[in-house]
Amino acid sequence: MTPALVEIKDLQVYFPIMRGMVIDRVVGHVKAVDGVTLSVPRGRTYGLVGESGCGKTTLGRALLRLVEPTGGTITFDGTDLTSLDVAGMRNMRRRMQMIFQDPLSSLDPRQNVESILTEGLSAHRIGADRAARRDIVCETLDAVGLPRWALSRYPHEFSGGQRQRIGIARALVLSPDLIVADEPVSALDVSIQAQVLNLLARLQADRELTYLVIAHDLAVVRHISDVVGVMYLGALVEQASSLDLYRRPLHPYTKALMSAVPVPDPVVEERRERILLSGDLPSPANPPSGCRFRTRCPWARERCASDRPELRTIEGASGDHTVACHFAEEIEAA
Amino acid sequence: MTEPTPMLTPEGQPAASPDLEPPPLQAPEVRTRGWQALTPRGRKQRLDRLAELAAVHADEKGRSLWAEAFRRLRRNPAAVIGAVILLLFVLVALIGPFFVPYSPTSTEWADQVKEGQNIIPGPSAEHWFGLDHNGRDEFSRVIVGARQTLLVGVVATTLGLTVGCLIGGLAGAAYGLGGRRGRQIDNFMMRIIDMLLAMPSLLLAVSVAALLGPSLITVMIAVGVISVPVFARLLRGSMISQAHAEYVTAATALGVRRGKVAIGHVLPNSLAPVLVQATLTLATAIIEAAALSFLGLGNPDPAVPEWGVMLTDALTRLEVAPRLTVYPAIGIIITAFGFTLLGEAMRESLDPKLRR
Amino acid sequence: MLLEVEDLAVTFRDDREVRAVDGVSFAVDAREVVGLVGESGCGKSVTSLALIGLLANQNTRRVRVEGRASFDGLDLLRADARTLRDIRGREIAMIFQDPLSSLNPVVPIGVQVAEVLIRHRGASKPEAMRRAAELLERVGIPDPTRRLKEYAHQLSGGMQQRALIAMAVACRPRLLIADEPTTALDVTIQAQILELLKELVREDGTAMIMITHDLGVVAGLCDSVNVLYAGRVVESAGRHSLFGRPVHPYTVGLLRSIPRLDEDRGARLTPIRGSVRDVLPWAQGCAFAPRCDRAIEECLAGPPPLAGVAHTYRCVNPEALP
Repeated sequence: MTPALVEIKDLQVYFPIMRGMVIDRVVGHVKAVDGVTLSVPRGRTYGLVGESGCGKTTLGRALLRLVEPTGGTITFDGTDLTSLDVAGMRNMRRRMQMIFQDPLSSLDPRQNVESILTEGLSAHRIGADRAARRDIVCETLDAVGLPRWALSRYPHEFSGGQRQRIGIARALVLSPDLIVADEPVSALDVSIQAQVLNLLARLQADRELTYLVIAHDLAVVRHISDVVGVMYLGALVEQASSLDLYRRPLHPYTKALMSAVPVPDPVVEERRERILLSGDLPSPANPPSGCRFRTRCPWARERCASDRPELRTIEGASGDHTVACHFAEEIEAA
Repeated sequence: MTEPTPMLTPEGQPAASPDLEPPPLQAPEVRTRGWQALTPRGRKQRLDRLAELAAVHADEKGRSLWAEAFRRLRRNPAAVIGAVILLLFVLVALIGPFFVPYSPTSTEWADQVKEGQNIIPGPSAEHWFGLDHNGRDEFSRVIVGARQTLLVGVVATTLGLTVGCLIGGLAGAAYGLGGRRGRQIDNFMMRIIDMLLAMPSLLLAVSVAALLGPSLITVMIAVGVISVPVFARLLRGSMISQAHAEYVTAATALGVRRGKVAIGHVLPNSLAPVLVQATLTLATAIIEAAALSFLGLGNPDPAVPEWGVMLTDALTRLEVAPRLTVYPAIGIIITAFGFTLLGEAMRESLDPKLRR
Repeated sequence: MLLEVEDLAVTFRDDREVRAVDGVSFAVDAREVVGLVGESGCGKSVTSLALIGLLANQNTRRVRVEGRASFDGLDLLRADARTLRDIRGREIAMIFQDPLSSLNPVVPIGVQVAEVLIRHRGASKPEAMRRAAELLERVGIPDPTRRLKEYAHQLSGGMQQRALIAMAVACRPRLLIADEPTTALDVTIQAQILELLKELVREDGTAMIMITHDLGVVAGLCDSVNVLYAGRVVESAGRHSLFGRPVHPYTVGLLRSIPRLDEDRGARLTPIRGSVRDVLPWAQGCAFAPRCDRAIEECLAGPPPLAGVAHTYRCVNPEALP
């Protein structure tokens, strides 16, 4: 069992809802992340998957403290991130970087590529002088497959896939240990997605990186992750190795999610059984009591309304496969 | 201890990775030298040499957003007209005074004016615009008046811009990047601005003038003060919206200090609307300054020509010599028009949504 | 054939001339679901908008449309505005990608649905509202009578799209054009909407053109598929034939580069190199040639002709034969 690089314990991120005319009062909270515990093994890829509103993006940002956690702890390589002050956190950032979903909006349109890539180096005082920094930048450009002439160009002069590479290079230039990739390919054309996925794979192998990949596309997550966590309305409902999850999903939501993903093969599409969920996502400001999924679950019972299920292992499945459902065994047997 | 498993099983040796992109085919050579001229074989060879063609790119400098905006501006007819008008105005204002036929303050032809009999000599061969009520050459006064007007416009706008941007910039940065404390600071600053905004501009200007006494400097300060809240609100709003942009989050994630993020990222991207507003404010500043002079708050010395003062004096003699009101009025209108055209054209060219 | 599109071409003239659609031909039979598949910039959306005259400035100097689009004998591209207005909503309906921007934010949903009925069926207001409630129920919106009075922003994304579908099928059109109807929705909602579309199309006997970039959606829904690249159809076949034995290197490349849920993890993805910008004008050769591993000299001699019978393709050196 590889040691964990990141340990998240009982993380909560609540956003206050303000109302009021003259003075704003707090009338409630949006519970974007409501008690999530997970660990990201060193050198591996953890895939966090879920639909909109499940809190996966907020979790990714809270991990880097780009959004402040309301509760819980985050431990990175032994250091408690939640207890660091502004300066301490800033120093820590060198080791944990982020790749964003939209390559266009995450690059300053007024900065050329060289400036974008050197900014991080300057902020952390890496590289003895300008020449040394240039070397690091050029080496990173090579690693992501961008040509030298890109340095003097501006983001809007590149294609989507190239811009994403610039974003990856920016993260990479600091030689971080952890990269949080927030929907790294969903804004790209289908034929480019594979290029970027392959690139990420190669970089991980070459540099021993640890990835936390956040995505809504199950097929993409399956492809690149070692461990997968499924989120729904702020909570982790199932976690397993990539192989186990797809071979044998245990949580009703995971089953529904997987059955909903279209497969480019008409024979498979005709044969498969679709589990259609009823209704819509409940509001994260007012989540259902007990199990959050019960309002849409085809197997919901009385206990689901009163008892919030914890992640647990079940008999017959490997020890790494945990699911938050009271009736997982019975559903499986049915 | 097992090695970390890579995400995908590599094929064996690191071949030319299919994920490396050749540079875009838009290299100038490819487009200008038509493909029709080549044989199919030649075209295939050309395709194979894509990487070499890209070497042509290597020396080209990237085109920043400002450069692109400028390029678009150049082709906009409104911008060109506005720029030409302004250029003429500036030329007249700076150089004109050296070439005027007579001194603008000399009253040597006063004997030709007989106000009692409602005679003020009109345009003639020696005096292209005729004389004004004091017997001074109107044409020279109009030309030299341009300089004063330009001065007032520029100084007033610069004043308003500087102070307004300082306040607005600080407030915006505090709100966007400063957390709860920052929002309180912003709140405080904005209430001060609100107070300024609440007063009608004319009243504000008159109050300032009352404090400082009538003079050209007073007019400049008064008009400047009027535009402070406009710039402050504008820059603050612009910075707040940019502060939420993803590239700001990215810079923070990189570990850049907050101050540097504010000055290096948020500010440059927030300036576009301020620049547009500056040109438009110049237009209104000229008009407002003329209005204040008209009200008698400007330079009390009637000898020094300034279009607003000239307008005042001319109005009382409207029946006798209406042309005396026309010259300075047209001057003000055309100049304001020129600034407005340019300002609107700049707004269009800097609008990111219309980009390409 | 209900709809026959022949050599449709759309040229935009702004700064420079751009041929967004460069000779697209396909056909839709009654009750058939036809897919138009391609990535960004391939011209699929422009094609659908041009068909029913919805392109801004269509048929002016700035937007030139060529070709024929024969709908039941009438050439849509040459029809006058009045005829097109009558056809839209009643014979041909369209659903767009972003439901929130397609719905009027200040008018209640019920009124918007009823409007379609009043305009095209001459129904009276109360009659139309009653039918509207029925329609909302049919598309799976719970508690429809209450929803009639609600506004667009009060509904979730899935509900909004259902409301749009209700408006589209209100007059039982013969052809439904769905332009990326589920791209903006979550996967589980997407499954619901696609099921709904399948059902409606079957019940009403409507033909449908499904425009999407997602080959999985196409595999589950469409009877026949047209793959577009750079404004032209490069491969066209029945769905089993297309997926079972893809011919054009672009189709093959796409299928090989998409990660699949049912595939073993670790199977390598083979991306298509380059990007959609690396394109050759069709007049001078095959637009896909710069990115194609199988490009030969002949590919650069001129546009590849359409080959094949039931399973057609535009390639002189295809991966396999259908």
